[in-house]
Amino acid sequence: MDHLIVDQIINGLQLGFMYALIALGYTMVYGVVKLINFAHGDVFMVGAFVGYFGFSQWGLPFPVAVLTAMAVCSILGVTIERIAYRPLRYAPKIAALISALGVSLFLEYFGSLKFVFGPNYRVVQRPFEEVQYHLAGITVTNIQIIVFITVLIMLAGLQFLIYRTKIGMAMRTVAVDHNASRLMGVNVDNTISVTFAIGSAFAAAGGVLYAIAYPQIHPFMGIMPGLKAFTAAVLGGIGIIPGAVLGAIIMGQVETLTSAFLSSQARDAIAFGILILVLLIRPTGILGRTEPEKV
Amino acid sequence: MGKADSSKKTILLLAAAVIIYALIRTLEAAEFINPYWQRVIDQALITTMGALGLSIIYGFTGQFSLGHAAFFGLGAYASGVFDKTVGHGALPMFLLSLLIGAAVAGLMALIIGLPILRLRSDYLGIATLGFGIIVKVGMDNSSKFLPILGGATGMSGTPQVANFDWVFWFTLLVIVLVRNFVFSTYGRACTSVREDEIAADVMGINTTRIKVIAFVLGCALAGLAGGMYAHRYPFLHPSSFDFLKSFDFLLVVVLGGLGSMTGTVVTAIAWVFVLEGLRMVLGEAFIDFRGVIYALILIVAIILRPQGIFGGKELGFLVPKPMGSQAGGKGGVNAGTGA
Repeated sequence: MDHLIVDQIINGLQLGFMYALIALGYTMVYGVVKLINFAHGDVFMVGAFVGYFGFSQWGLPFPVAVLTAMAVCSILGVTIERIAYRPLRYAPKIAALISALGVSLFLEYFGSLKFVFGPNYRVVQRPFEEVQYHLAGITVTNIQIIVFITVLIMLAGLQFLIYRTKIGMAMRTVAVDHNASRLMGVNVDNTISVTFAIGSAFAAAGGVLYAIAYPQIHPFMGIMPGLKAFTAAVLGGIGIIPGAVLGAIIMGQVETLTSAFLSSQARDAIAFGILILVLLIRPTGILGRTEPEKV
Repeated sequence: MGKADSSKKTILLLAAAVIIYALIRTLEAAEFINPYWQRVIDQALITTMGALGLSIIYGFTGQFSLGHAAFFGLGAYASGVFDKTVGHGALPMFLLSLLIGAAVAGLMALIIGLPILRLRSDYLGIATLGFGIIVKVGMDNSSKFLPILGGATGMSGTPQVANFDWVFWFTLLVIVLVRNFVFSTYGRACTSVREDEIAADVMGINTTRIKVIAFVLGCALAGLAGGMYAHRYPFLHPSSFDFLKSFDFLLVVVLGGLGSMTGTVVTAIAWVFVLEGLRMVLGEAFIDFRGVIYALILIVAIILRPQGIFGGKELGFLVPKPMGSQAGGKGGVNAGTGA
């Protein structure tokens, strides 16, 4: 029984880490443009497909396929921002949100076209066999190890980028105030583009990992993970990077433990129920700061 | 002057409605409108009723809700089950079941609204989205508690007594109700909460109360629309009430222009027709492109008109009194009974 719980916690960690990759994109974009980027879950889907084509049809080695997916999605993310969000940047916030919904639907339906990804489910042939390791009665798979290591490296890289580089500093200033950043000589447009590129690359990596961990992909696969990851970002406090990771780990655990020990159908209800409860206690998320309102 | 002017506008509104009604009826009798398009018209009107509810909540009171379809669905199921088991389609029972649909949705809105309306903007949106997903999970598993609800296989068997006449006149009723609410004391208070909650508070408006009233009324209208839907379309399925449906209501309200009833009504109808029109224009060969074009229209429309098609303006006969004259008055009393 104890081993079962530990196994489930490891499974939950795997799911949570993947949510974290998606949630980071949501939270970074929210930080710099205050927009819920509903299309982010679909960028994740495109990443999963590009990675899948990479290792199963174009014959790329797995790490190269992941990098290809990240590159393609970076370009996609920047293009989406340029076309659909930039014209609305200083319009009412809801306009950009509706545009994001439009982009999300566009990617889903465009992906469903027969000459793009096709409307059907595809079973992913993993580029390597799944191997199980038994350590002191606990089961870990090589896929889980790959997920953990990739995500930890990416998180460390992001931490370095945001706190130790010039572009990271620019991102942090833009998150506070666009005009003040401009006065300080920060190129706001470029900084926002870079934020979208990084966020989308993270989602793409998440997509490829998701495709090998839960080997089935289709053009609408991004909706639920996207929504969960966004919820995770809100749970942790949107706009705050450690908050996104914390929220994602909580979501992963809640979801896995609920389906393992309670009921897999109640999974979503309990995850969102917890979200509502947390928001009632901390209206801006677990790590969120409530700023006093100024008149 | 205000009162005479007001009743003149109401008469104008009724006259317009009668003309539209007669026109549609004539076209139907001339077999210009076939039953398929009749269903589309009814769908458009039902969407209008639900969207007007969200218009009160978001357009006029500024409370971001991403869970509107949940209340629409609650109303549909409550009303449908009541008429299926108790009413069996008798006329008074049909009307009673519509009321029950609205009441169940409104009551749920009260229960959920009291705690969560303290949240702001995006946080409120995500909490309502979460509520919508919880309701959807509940509907999927409803057969475990009440087998008659059908759970994930859907529910059929609601008496199909709502025809075009019922849908049309109820839509008009809802339009008048919303108009009276918006131009009542409560409605003015809603707008002030949307513009600046702190300023409204300082002016002595009980902002929590106003937000809850707007939320409950808006959701009750969604429930009423849902009840009508249950009586017009024979099959209820949880997937018709998921968060994507909530987005439909949201984009109608935003594309129409926040704070414009005219915009909501026109966009709700136009949007349903654009969707069906695409199906016809594209034909069998290109039907796959429907979703793509739908998405492109949405993106282009919002980029061209970020403030919405009507941008907060109203057609004349939806404004009972000239702006700037004495606010409040009779409308508030009538509207108060609607919730």
